[in-house]
Amino acid sequence: MEFFRIKRDIPFMRHALVFNIVSLLTFVAAVFFLATRGLNLSIEFTGGTVIEVQYPQAVDLHKVRAAIDGLGLGESQVQNFGTARDVLVRVPVHRGVKQSDVADKVFGALCKLESGAVTRREYVSEKGEAISKPACIAGTAEPVAFSRSELVGPSVGSELARDGALALLVTVIGIMIYLAFRFEWKFSVAAIVANLHDVVIILGFFAFFQWEFSLTVLAAVLAVLGYSVNESVVIFDRIREAFRKYRKMTTTEVIDHAITSTMSRTIITHGCTQMMVLSMLFFGGPTLHYFAVALTIGILFGIYSSVFVAAAIAMWLGVKREDLVKQGTGKPTDPNDPNAGAVV
Amino acid sequence: MNRYPLWKYAILVIAALIGLLYTLPNFFGEAPAVQVASAKATLTVEADMAGRVEQILSQAGIKADLVQYEAGSVKARFADTETQLKAKDALTKALDPDPKDPSYIIALNLLPRTPTWMTRLHALPMARGLDLRGGVHFLLQVDMKAALTKKAETLASELRVLLHDKNIRHAGINREGNAVEVRFRDAEMQQRAQNLLADQFADLQWVASGEGTDLKLTGTLKPAAIRAVQDAAIKQNITTLHNRVNELGTNEPVIQQQGADRIVVELPGVQDPARAKDVIGRTATLEVRMVTAHDGFDPSGQVRDYDPAKIEEAQRGILPPRTELLKSTRGRRPDQLLVSKDIVFSGDDLTDAQPRQDSQDQGWVVSVTLNSRGAAAMKATTRDAVKRRMAVIMIEKGRQEVLTAPTIQSELSGQFQISGMANSREASDLALLMRAGSLAAPMEFIEERTIGPSLGADNITKGFDSVLYGFAAIALFMCAYYLLFGLFSTLALAFNLLLLVAVLSMLQATLTLPGIAAIALTLGMAIDANVLINERVREELRNGSSPQSAISAGYERAFATILDSNITTLIAGLALLAFGSGPVRGFAVVHCLGILTSMFSAVMFSRGLVNLWYGRQKKLKSVLIGQVWKPAAEPAAKA
Repeated sequence: MEFFRIKRDIPFMRHALVFNIVSLLTFVAAVFFLATRGLNLSIEFTGGTVIEVQYPQAVDLHKVRAAIDGLGLGESQVQNFGTARDVLVRVPVHRGVKQSDVADKVFGALCKLESGAVTRREYVSEKGEAISKPACIAGTAEPVAFSRSELVGPSVGSELARDGALALLVTVIGIMIYLAFRFEWKFSVAAIVANLHDVVIILGFFAFFQWEFSLTVLAAVLAVLGYSVNESVVIFDRIREAFRKYRKMTTTEVIDHAITSTMSRTIITHGCTQMMVLSMLFFGGPTLHYFAVALTIGILFGIYSSVFVAAAIAMWLGVKREDLVKQGTGKPTDPNDPNAGAVV
Repeated sequence: MNRYPLWKYAILVIAALIGLLYTLPNFFGEAPAVQVASAKATLTVEADMAGRVEQILSQAGIKADLVQYEAGSVKARFADTETQLKAKDALTKALDPDPKDPSYIIALNLLPRTPTWMTRLHALPMARGLDLRGGVHFLLQVDMKAALTKKAETLASELRVLLHDKNIRHAGINREGNAVEVRFRDAEMQQRAQNLLADQFADLQWVASGEGTDLKLTGTLKPAAIRAVQDAAIKQNITTLHNRVNELGTNEPVIQQQGADRIVVELPGVQDPARAKDVIGRTATLEVRMVTAHDGFDPSGQVRDYDPAKIEEAQRGILPPRTELLKSTRGRRPDQLLVSKDIVFSGDDLTDAQPRQDSQDQGWVVSVTLNSRGAAAMKATTRDAVKRRMAVIMIEKGRQEVLTAPTIQSELSGQFQISGMANSREASDLALLMRAGSLAAPMEFIEERTIGPSLGADNITKGFDSVLYGFAAIALFMCAYYLLFGLFSTLALAFNLLLLVAVLSMLQATLTLPGIAAIALTLGMAIDANVLINERVREELRNGSSPQSAISAGYERAFATILDSNITTLIAGLALLAFGSGPVRGFAVVHCLGILTSMFSAVMFSRGLVNLWYGRQKKLKSVLIGQVWKPAAEPAAKA
């Protein structure tokens, strides 16, 4: 089986301007949504309380919402989590409410709504582990079960937000230094601009749809950043090699050739990674949902930006043969030359 | 050219065997167990408890698969839950004859079913994070300012004693925040004090100021001393937390320092944060009160209040007003004490208690430091109480226990010693218990997470399914697209998974859902290396190389690109590791390790397979790498 039977180099760079305009527009749109709507940050960043409960059957969210609002805990959010039976309640940090009581209060209110009472239940699991947990009991039934709760103090939240930003910054700087050292500053700038543009677009999606931006999503974003930069690295490697090999080609032709010849590997690699990510999206449940979504957007735009944007920016920055191929040093095809660069 | 020397195959085989050995423990699952831990701060479970548990079980005719002592508790593993429950009953009957006042906590638990020979090789299963097994997680912030204030308070009272001993007259000692201020009326005293203090109180930076009769010496804590205080505070709080958490009887509680001033507490299996918080937040209180009568035998006859008749009366229920009868069980002479209800000082006034070796007779003592309030009370009480006894009482869960009842030898104040300890162990136990009443610094809950057990089990299935189906999809595609080379790539990917799980188990990493996600993602990215190699081999074949040289060139030339692309991914992973916390850290650890193992498996292992298959065939005509399409004519541009 073989998918790619490309006879001659595809003139990608002829359309570089179009690609860059498309990129710019998506980028501007992403920034616009980030600025106007902002990210829907999870409580890990903002501080607050989350309570997840499970009902034996689908539940009316309006009723639940009314019960929670009655507690006077500030602007709470009530939504389904994964299925119609699972309900997630998010309570922000609210002045005058002791944070450590919030989870108990919410569970108590939900239990009362089902006309049950909260008692502590102690039992031994089938496997033989003693478990003690608060349970809502109405007669013999358990009309609402506690699944999990999470409480984050406001100081921890702002710290996490700061650390997240720092991690992003260090990643960007580290990658730039590495690329500048391995190639040349023009490539380093081009690759970082292209891939940061991916990051901004992922964030733009999260802002537009108001998907929850959590720590795991942040991890996905950073993983994508490292991952799609290596896409650019593969292409740059090829550009360097083509400069060396085909002395008569112009810069544009060299870039076209490099992109065309790495096409097959790019699609197959990303396809495989995407298969894994899709598997997480379908089977990973609600906890991994946005993680997988962020990776999917990142992988798709990663291909686009490394192929079309990074090379184009390098071209605008005026990459020349002389930048990469030092004149008169050694045999250009010497396989032991550490700067020979690899090819795909 | 495509032959590996024997040692390279040997490395691969050894790596595979080690990988298998350390991955296997994760598949044995868990068996029901019973855990015996101490219920009292004054009682520690020692290694000999394991023997006792074994004896009790064999007397009851219950067969335990394994009885082991580990970190202050004894765990016994059983074949099924029925035996487990029987064992619990037997142990409760034998160890806690009085259900109202249990000495031991006997809890139902789970233990890994790993065979003993594997455990001996430290081949243990990965611990599952709370999101996979359910439990509570707390993040506690230690109030370091309070710890420093307490330290300054201690230093101030030590200072007072020292200046008094050395006959240096001062006009008052004050604590201002973390600084200690000593005022003087004349310069000579100030000078003498400065020389002395710079030498004896090296933890403080001394600065002289003022003029005329209003002179001052200000000592501020040096940065190194501040760090030492903070470290000690965290350590003491962790110790105290350990004692309290043991009482919950959970399996493998995690109590760890995080950053400079935070403590993480994770209690698997506990689903009730309110109760856990109650236990963690509770302080045992310490009270020191005067003994009004005792029946302890005293050969010298100098100890006052020796009055067995009064004790006998008290035993019959006739108590003088404001006293109570307590038994001193610790130490070498168990005796009955009639103790006043008036408190001389309490745990709040105690700033420190440390075991020390006495400089004169080399005996072990506990050196106690009180704050100024405690010091004043101590001085007022002991002035007329030489040769009387005082009782140090610990009150825990409403029960009173006399830790020690020493005889007062002279007038005491903020600094004194409790002597007569048999050995260093007894001294450090007493010091620890006295301190256990108080945390070194107050703590505040700043993060709290509770995960139900069913949600945890659900998360495991989901995480496992994601990896399984993703892996299957990649394997199918690779085999279909690259045929035999695809199979080799798939095997290499499986080898990568094996190594990754083995390394994580060796490091005893805690597996969380983000960790599983990282495994999935790393596998999805690691296949890149094999795609690079396979594409390169195809390209070499397309350019007309012979199969053997195409394989060789393909692997060698793809390596630089693989290295490059992995380094950029690694940079992102390391940044996450450095700045991430909680779930992100778990993700980053797995991600970074996965990149490293993939370098080994994708390049060396898959090459090994290819060499083994094709390397010996001298006249190799074709390789099974899928169709290699050749363009009819070279494009003109490629001149």
